[in-house]
Amino acid sequence: MQSEIMFAGFGGQGILLIGKVLAHAAMEEGFEVAWVPSYGPEMRGGTAYCTVVISDRPIGSPIIKNPLHLVAMNGPSLEKFAPTVKKGGIIFINSSLIAFGANRDDVDELRVPVVEIAKDLGSVKAANIVALSAFVARSGIVSMETLKQCIKEEFSKKPKLIPLNMEAVAAGERAARK
Amino acid sequence: MAKVLMKGNEAIGEAAIRAGCLNYFAYPITPQSEVAEYLVRRLPEVGGVFLQGESEVAVGYMIFGAAGAGVRVFTTSSSPGISLMSEAISYIAAAQCPAVFVNIMRGGPGLGGILPSQADYLQATKGIGHGDCRLLVMAPASVQEAVEMVMKAFPLAEKYRNPVMILGDGLIGQMMEPVEFPDQLKTEPSNKDAWATNGMDHRKSKTRNLVKSLFLDPVQLNDNNLALKAKYDRMRAEEVMSESYNTDGDYKGLIVSYGTMSRVCRTAIDMLKTEGIDVGMIRPQTVFPFPEKAVAEAAMKPSCMHVLSIEMSMGQMIEDVERSVKGRIPVSWYGKCGGDIPTPEEVIDVVRERIA
Repeated sequence: MQSEIMFAGFGGQGILLIGKVLAHAAMEEGFEVAWVPSYGPEMRGGTAYCTVVISDRPIGSPIIKNPLHLVAMNGPSLEKFAPTVKKGGIIFINSSLIAFGANRDDVDELRVPVVEIAKDLGSVKAANIVALSAFVARSGIVSMETLKQCIKEEFSKKPKLIPLNMEAVAAGERAARK
Repeated sequence: MAKVLMKGNEAIGEAAIRAGCLNYFAYPITPQSEVAEYLVRRLPEVGGVFLQGESEVAVGYMIFGAAGAGVRVFTTSSSPGISLMSEAISYIAAAQCPAVFVNIMRGGPGLGGILPSQADYLQATKGIGHGDCRLLVMAPASVQEAVEMVMKAFPLAEKYRNPVMILGDGLIGQMMEPVEFPDQLKTEPSNKDAWATNGMDHRKSKTRNLVKSLFLDPVQLNDNNLALKAKYDRMRAEEVMSESYNTDGDYKGLIVSYGTMSRVCRTAIDMLKTEGIDVGMIRPQTVFPFPEKAVAEAAMKPSCMHVLSIEMSMGQMIEDVERSVKGRIPVSWYGKCGGDIPTPEEVIDVVRERIA
């Protein structure tokens, strides 16, 4: 069984980081993982995206044209990648910035206003963690416990930020289960 | 040590430290600049030296100097940067000093692009510098394999007193995968008394070591090149590494592919198998010396009708594949470059058209 998750948005939204945290969490749960960033010139202020491949056997091609799931943090990413998502996958939409939908009836569309939620928690910077948590809660791709552990490790050098990010995880989980 | 999730470039930097290499000279270039970013922080922690050269030409000669002094030394660069170092690489090979060069290939020719490519195959395996010089070249297909190859590269460079190259593509450098690091190596080359110019007292030697690549006497130059040739022949006999995939059954076609491209081919082979089409693969892990015997034997299986050389270049490795197959069955090329990595579906289409 292999899952591929594409994370896409603007540079600066913490896209690459949440991809990395998910890859780390899946590795901790014993899966084979690969994290593949886009590193073209478009990264400088433009779109940023990465793909995480999670598998129970060695990963062949890490280049994925049709991911199982998409986490879209801005409109251009949703427009560009929604048509590529496999049937039956999850399309997560940052509804704070995206007014339209995936326009697919064969996927599970999850809309969460991550910017407003993060602002309510005290920092818009936690929006990416709200999104990651909501996606993980909906997909069950790793356990929430492992996710929390890996977020703590990610912020281990800035421990002040850990409580905020734990609140972001809880808020994302609630939003996904509504 | 437990598994850690690391970017290929960072893992290459850490692997060099674990291999006892504390000297790194480099000049930044995408897609491998993270090696320098990692080592500029990490090397001082272990008493090592990172020095950025004013250009890749300078870096090549800094490597030569350190190698001649008998310390483990390495650099990393990408295609155009390696071209600039190639003069020094030829000098280092001629002077028989060990050093490790990592080429995280980007698209070419010229400035090309910054995305993954395998277009420096011929340069690395056949034309790295002027004169009769060769490198031992290893091509990793995962971050873990990149680590293992970097750690092997230093003892091999010292065994042969010759530069060794790690030939990765941009994806190997940029991708994160879980890695485990093998045990730390000894920090000093054990055989350095044979070449290091670090003082006769220091070596307790009565003969001086001389690092040179100038041999004006034709007999001397011929003798030096015969000595180099003997080493390259020994590499061919002792260092060939390759991996075979799905070669047990009666496959109709054989793919030869390396690095990232071989992983795409592996997925394509798995997908074809579910349709009842068997294709085997040989993945060269060393591209010089090339696994001629493994390719020839796999191609000679009676069921095998066609050999495909699949590369992220316009057809470079195919010359070695053809040389191995020796015209006994048809060999053809498929590939793309510039960073547009072929998908498993595209590989499957090519297999269907030419083999199935």
